[in-house]
Amino acid sequence: MIPELGHFALILTLCLALIQATVPLAGAFRGNLAWMAVGRSTAFGQFVFLLLAFGCLTYAFVTSDFSVAYVAENSNTRLPLIYRISAVWGAHEGSLLLWVTLLGAWSAAVAAFSRSLPPAMVARALAVMGMVSIGFLLFMLLTSNPFERLFPAPPEGRDLNPLLQDPGLAMHPPLLYMGYVGMSVAFSFALSAMIGGKLDAAWARWSRPWTTIAWVFLTLGITLGSWWSYNELGWGGWWFWDPVENASFMPWLAGTALIHSLAVTEKRGAFKNWTVLLALFAFSLSLLGTFLVRSGVLVSVHAFATDPSRGIFILVFLLIVVGSSLAVYAWRAPRIRGGGSFDLLSRESFLLGGNVLLVVIAVLVLLGTLAPLIYDALGWGKISVGFPWFNRMFSIFSPLLFVLLGLAPNSRWKHMDGGQLLRRIWIAGAAALITGLIFGLPFFHGASPLVGLGLALAVWITLANLATLLDRMKHKRSLGALLRQPASYYGMLLAHLGTAVAIVGVTLVSAYSVEKDLRMDPGDSTTLAGYRFEFEGAKPRPGPNYLAQHGIIRVYRGDRQVAVLEPEKRTYLSQTRPMTEAGIDVGFTRDLYASLGEPLSKGAWSMRLYYKPFVRWIWGGGVFIALGGLLAVADRRYRMAVARRTAAAGGGVLKTAGGKA
Amino acid sequence: MLRYLVPLVLFIVLAGFLWVGLHRDPRLVPSPLIGKPAPEFRLPLLKDPGRFMTTADLKGKVTLFNVWATWCVSCRQEHEVLVELARNAGVRILGLDYKDSRPDALAWLQRLGNPYVAIAFDANGRVGIDWGVYGTPETFVVDRHGIIRYKQIGPITEQVWKDKLQPLIEKLRAES
Repeated sequence: MIPELGHFALILTLCLALIQATVPLAGAFRGNLAWMAVGRSTAFGQFVFLLLAFGCLTYAFVTSDFSVAYVAENSNTRLPLIYRISAVWGAHEGSLLLWVTLLGAWSAAVAAFSRSLPPAMVARALAVMGMVSIGFLLFMLLTSNPFERLFPAPPEGRDLNPLLQDPGLAMHPPLLYMGYVGMSVAFSFALSAMIGGKLDAAWARWSRPWTTIAWVFLTLGITLGSWWSYNELGWGGWWFWDPVENASFMPWLAGTALIHSLAVTEKRGAFKNWTVLLALFAFSLSLLGTFLVRSGVLVSVHAFATDPSRGIFILVFLLIVVGSSLAVYAWRAPRIRGGGSFDLLSRESFLLGGNVLLVVIAVLVLLGTLAPLIYDALGWGKISVGFPWFNRMFSIFSPLLFVLLGLAPNSRWKHMDGGQLLRRIWIAGAAALITGLIFGLPFFHGASPLVGLGLALAVWITLANLATLLDRMKHKRSLGALLRQPASYYGMLLAHLGTAVAIVGVTLVSAYSVEKDLRMDPGDSTTLAGYRFEFEGAKPRPGPNYLAQHGIIRVYRGDRQVAVLEPEKRTYLSQTRPMTEAGIDVGFTRDLYASLGEPLSKGAWSMRLYYKPFVRWIWGGGVFIALGGLLAVADRRYRMAVARRTAAAGGGVLKTAGGKA
Repeated sequence: MLRYLVPLVLFIVLAGFLWVGLHRDPRLVPSPLIGKPAPEFRLPLLKDPGRFMTTADLKGKVTLFNVWATWCVSCRQEHEVLVELARNAGVRILGLDYKDSRPDALAWLQRLGNPYVAIAFDANGRVGIDWGVYGTPETFVVDRHGIIRYKQIGPITEQVWKDKLQPLIEKLRAES
């Protein structure tokens, strides 16, 4: 009964979405305030029914109702409760339900927190979100219904993919999807502003906090995903340029460009065209990511559930959403007037440069991901683009971006005096140059040009951004002056410093990781990067739904024991292939990482040991970047400004609602 | 005004590729090479560049011809299965190390085990093109007369082995 309730709730949601996509839009065209207001109610209604549907599916998982096909395929009575809950989004149908539920949440949030905005603007934006919702609901109801029954019900379910039985993965998709779906808000506002024909700085102002929050989620999701693959895949890697990782990285790149571009549009009225286009791109790339993951068009380790017939549906949906939004752009963009002018040496130029680089990298990632497909379709032969290509591309373009990351915050809007800029940044530049020379030239053991470059860039970003702090306190050097700086400024500072932290991590872990593969008998010891690893042996240890070989490795530095690593080789009852669970000792400057390979004779194991210097910094940087975003959104000054300016802009509202288009 | 249409046009081109891609689903569309003799090649061995593997080496016995590379994530997954197959299922597996570096590949074998009877080293991917390699890993089933009978795209998993490869290989072995 409960699953049918969930199914029914989905159908009701679809009905509400149909209303939301049409009535408010018509209301906005005709200037009918009552019709416009409908969007708000349907958004809340959709969210309530989606929560109900999501609750029903969760209930089916918690109670192990194997008469529901999706539950039978992805759960098991022996699965611990926490993973029975996270299994809700562990495969295709449930991921979609999660996606559309989060879309409901964002729509409801837009409906709730947009009371100060012009009603027509909100009505059109909610209508666009309703259309997106229709697409996903139809997709789910027609091709991938999570509530489909299985008759007769099997006594026991298959299991959740063991790779996904990890706390990191339980949170990974919700965060990532919050980011993907959140990009729909900027997308909807951009479309709404274009349809209304009033693409001024106002839409940028409204979109900014929404976009930043979505981007924060995306940042956290990607960071967590990287951490998960490091923990769970068992070979110490943290990024693979896998199509699915790329699918999340592309919207992040576009989103990063977007939040910077929105700032320019809001403050200076410039880049209007470009900002709108980025808003369309960011969400389009999110949708494309879904297409790539769910259609099976590319082969990937992550593609847990793929089906070509579903691919056709998503592609058509993608065509409608992205195609029509770009068509609206082609129709409206010629009427957008350019904003304030700026000189070659100005904050605008540097931000534009950074934007272009971010987009170039996103396009390269896109091309690299799709290259096998494009070559095949054109009959140019078959290629596969691997890890090295992406790494090379990224290391060519990202350093330029990081140079701008130090220049832009030190520049003024509109015009920056060259001499003044030089005075502000010369210390950072000199320090970076010295760092680069020390670590790049072979003065000491282990130096390499790439390490020099990476560390120089990190020093540059750090010092150049801290230099802005000095500038801001030029007139009064006191703690009070520090505290009076707006939160959004500290947000920017934190995010930029986070980038530097991540660069340090990436650089050092790439250059100085040490790994060793060897056979170890119980009692054997070996030395790696100054640490002595002593293998005590492996014993069987049962888990809730698996049997593990539990190894113990004691790690000594000199005579002092610094860590005990406990890697496991798990055989899940539902699977035959064993899973590797790495034993990791976490540290500020290094991780020690051990994973069990194959059991050999007489208690011996083949073993992989890793020393990973500064690997935590990669994810630490990601967390800083996300916190920076949060801090920026929390800026009180900013919220007050929104209220004030929208009140001032109120006069133009009815005009927009009534006449245009 | 035409320049504002550029994003739309680019997107439609991209969508066209995706559309074609969907219909050429790499997992479903059989290789045109199936039923044909294996393409001619002569490549140095990974472990001993002075010696060579040629098409003739594929003949005589039912063989899995596995295309792999150390930069390929799925190959790692697959490798454990291959090691298992070589050890317990008595299959002859020949390898093609595709667009790879020799030290990386040798380290990989040392670390993960070597299920291959011999490995040809295709540094620039030239032979891979003749074989229509789309991406790694791919595995060709070649019968004792050197005819390609099946192409597996994507990693060989236990499921794939049980459902497809094992029955096929038994059938091919029974053919005389």
